[in-house]
Amino acid sequence: MIYDVIIIGGGVTGCCIARTLSKYDLNICLLEKEAEVASGTTKANSGVIHAGYAAQREYVKRYLCIKGNKLYTQAAKELNFPFKRIGSFVVALEDNQIEHLEEERKKGTEDGIPGLEVILDKKKIKEMEPNLTDEVVGVLHAPTAGLASPYELTFALAENAAMNGVKFFRNHEVVKIKHQDYIFNIRTYKGEFQTRNLINAAGLYAERISRMLGLDYFSIMPRKGEYILFDRNAFQLNKILFPIPTKVSKGILVCPTLHGNTFVGPNAQNLSDREDVSTTTAGLKEILEGGMKLVPGIPARSSIRNFAGLRAVPDTYDFIIDNTDIYGFINVAGILSPGLTATFAIAEKVVEFLELLGVELKVKDNYNPIRPKPERFKDFTKDELDQKIQEDPTWGRIICRCETIPEKEIINAIHAPVGANTVDGVKFRCRPGMGRCQGGFCRPRVIEILSRELNKSYEEITKSGEDTNIIIAKTKDFLLKNERGGARGE
Amino acid sequence: MKKYEVDVAIIGGGSAGLAAAIVVKKAELNALILERDKELGGITLQCIHNGFGLHEFEEELTGPEYVQRFINQAKDLNIPYKLDTMVIEITSEKIIYAVNKKEGLIEIKSKAIILAMGCRERTRGAINIPGFRPAGIYTAGQAQRFVNIEGYLPGRTYVILGSGDIGMIMARRLTWEGCQVKAVVEIQPYVSGLIRNEVQCLEDYGIPLITSYTVTKIHGKERVQGVTISKVDRNFDRVIGSDKFIECDTLLLSVGLIPENELTREAGAEISHMGGPVVDNNLETTIEGIFACGNVLQVHDLADLVTVEAKRAGLNAVEYVKERSRKKIKEKEQIICVPGENVNYIKPDLINRADTTKDIIFTFRVKRPDRRLLIQFKDENNKVIFKRKRRYVIPSEMIELKINLSEQQIDPECKNLEVEVIPRPEVLIEED
Repeated sequence: MIYDVIIIGGGVTGCCIARTLSKYDLNICLLEKEAEVASGTTKANSGVIHAGYAAQREYVKRYLCIKGNKLYTQAAKELNFPFKRIGSFVVALEDNQIEHLEEERKKGTEDGIPGLEVILDKKKIKEMEPNLTDEVVGVLHAPTAGLASPYELTFALAENAAMNGVKFFRNHEVVKIKHQDYIFNIRTYKGEFQTRNLINAAGLYAERISRMLGLDYFSIMPRKGEYILFDRNAFQLNKILFPIPTKVSKGILVCPTLHGNTFVGPNAQNLSDREDVSTTTAGLKEILEGGMKLVPGIPARSSIRNFAGLRAVPDTYDFIIDNTDIYGFINVAGILSPGLTATFAIAEKVVEFLELLGVELKVKDNYNPIRPKPERFKDFTKDELDQKIQEDPTWGRIICRCETIPEKEIINAIHAPVGANTVDGVKFRCRPGMGRCQGGFCRPRVIEILSRELNKSYEEITKSGEDTNIIIAKTKDFLLKNERGGARGE
Repeated sequence: MKKYEVDVAIIGGGSAGLAAAIVVKKAELNALILERDKELGGITLQCIHNGFGLHEFEEELTGPEYVQRFINQAKDLNIPYKLDTMVIEITSEKIIYAVNKKEGLIEIKSKAIILAMGCRERTRGAINIPGFRPAGIYTAGQAQRFVNIEGYLPGRTYVILGSGDIGMIMARRLTWEGCQVKAVVEIQPYVSGLIRNEVQCLEDYGIPLITSYTVTKIHGKERVQGVTISKVDRNFDRVIGSDKFIECDTLLLSVGLIPENELTREAGAEISHMGGPVVDNNLETTIEGIFACGNVLQVHDLADLVTVEAKRAGLNAVEYVKERSRKKIKEKEQIICVPGENVNYIKPDLINRADTTKDIIFTFRVKRPDRRLLIQFKDENNKVIFKRKRRYVIPSEMIELKINLSEQQIDPECKNLEVEVIPRPEVLIEED
């Protein structure tokens, strides 16, 4: 079978393209090297939906960001992922920084960002965000900035794409691509695929995929960002807080999450290793100190997890969205910040490119853009909850105590389209193990449910795919081994 | 929605909850135990090592044997209990909402509540170890559950960070399972669990205890491949050049326990800095009629001590339901207890002035080990009310004192009681 379109990469970019294309009468599949979608750059992203003033005017990413921000309202309605426009502050701590804020406001307003406002009234600022440092002299308030959960968005996109016919192949790392007679032959460790059009959304590995076809006009550098996540009880913010940006990044922010926690980060460190998501002592110190400039007295003791992600930074510092010299091969690479914000605009761009390539884009009769909202225990009223448990008793068995997640939500996450097949997959879809105990109580039970629902043994259940097994063996297995040698009997 | 009314609802069916329920039932009040797991017994069920029961039964028992005695007693007394039942809310009016598979949502109106939810383990995030986040990192208690209850091994070669009791006990347990424990690494200059565990679990098996070291990096992208440990100075800062790599496939964390008080906090009770609720000398929280005992109040070193405390909470709840709830005391007059020099925390946090004529049981822990000491209670005017000599103190051993404050001639107007553990003056040392 020859696909009309194959997308390489199951991050937010790839899944968003898949979902956008699933509207049309096309044969589409997506190849992802990891066991779950949203496993790479997408997973450790700040989740900030930027207003769009930050990128410079010569970059295409500025305009895609501004457009993408607007597209979120409709998308959140259709896809039912957590999204909220809470507004952001760029915080000036010195008088000479006000000028910068004014300039951003002016340019941003000209480019169509609504509601930008420089606030100098300290009292008003503190009312809007009481945790902010007393050193503040002014802020740029962007009311359209917001938060989205990047992985929950990606799961929603994948689910909706799959509902509309896109096939997902996970654990399929692409190792070779051949282009012949306008057909791409793609080899993975698990099988071969053929397609007329190929979209490279491979994130950190986009350069490698492009080079498989002999195109080496860009390179991607991994840039690490470390984060510390805090317990809900620690402190709560109203606004996303940015410092005045530096040349390399938007700086270390202090930011709420949609689940009521707060995080600080990221820093920015250029690397050569595309898999190095380790955190470092120096890095954690850096972000904590950075965060304290905006919110003094962040309680380091209340941290519940530190993590790091890698951004795919292109040598052009701008998105690379190209119809390449190879007919039918589209690069969607170097999607660094504000890539999450721009994602729906990027996908539209890809549709335009396919149109240029002469791909027939006929909207399907049965296209359904709605991905139903996952049912959550926490959203039910007491009476609804009672009703739910009567209908299905697994709603009444609480697996995760910190986040109050019942067995039913985990079962739903496993059996959803492109559902969870690892412990981390379950965790990122419905949160058991995300809370303050970090899975101390629920992990054995999540393994039990995965093992039962996927019909696998305990030992086969992994944390996040191949070689990440949680259990090594049954106890006493060494006795059985000795038995053969006759050393020990019963 | 199913509705119940009881005299005393007990949240948690472990060692604490069972002992409290038994006392309540014996006083001929209605008790109801709510347990979130599928059987009674709590965490003690996975503690299959011995050392339980020496105080309570004057016998040496394993954890399951110990707690089974209470389970049997509760069953003999026909104390009702609900399993697989998760409390999702407690209100300050003492209404409890819980869910389970059989009944759906349950509402329980109670005259008194005893909190006995136990504690949870601190995790990697809480201590912020840098490095990768591969498979193969577990808390010691989680590994204990895998090995002792589920029958699975989480790894083959281990490094254990933290010399808490569970960590040391797991070092021995895993050795028995044919696993190799390369080292137990402790950031403090001394062992943080009980000395008997250091001897019986580490020394007897030749497992090295490396003090003043901590894990500073976790290696391995998919599965743990090893850890870097580094020496730390007095401020727990890493000593440059002291890094050592230890190869292992699993890292266990035994870095402390935190009382599990989310429900307590949501109910509106005040929580003290160590994570347990603020209680008075009756083990009553700042919400009238809600009592706390066991590890939800303070982390104990022995299950036997949990039992003693739980019985006290049970008796106080009984007294509350039978007498006090009817004659509503006006604004309570209370003395505040404050931890002073080398004292990490003290329970109770508050003393009802009316109770100063009774024996009050104080429990507290020190911050660091020391020898030849004086334990002193003094009021806000620095008047020493009570003092006692002590040969040594260590953080892993909870100190318990029974004091009648009136007999010690406490000032009737006293507002604050500060407890300190200080070096003994020379004069007193000579008396030793």
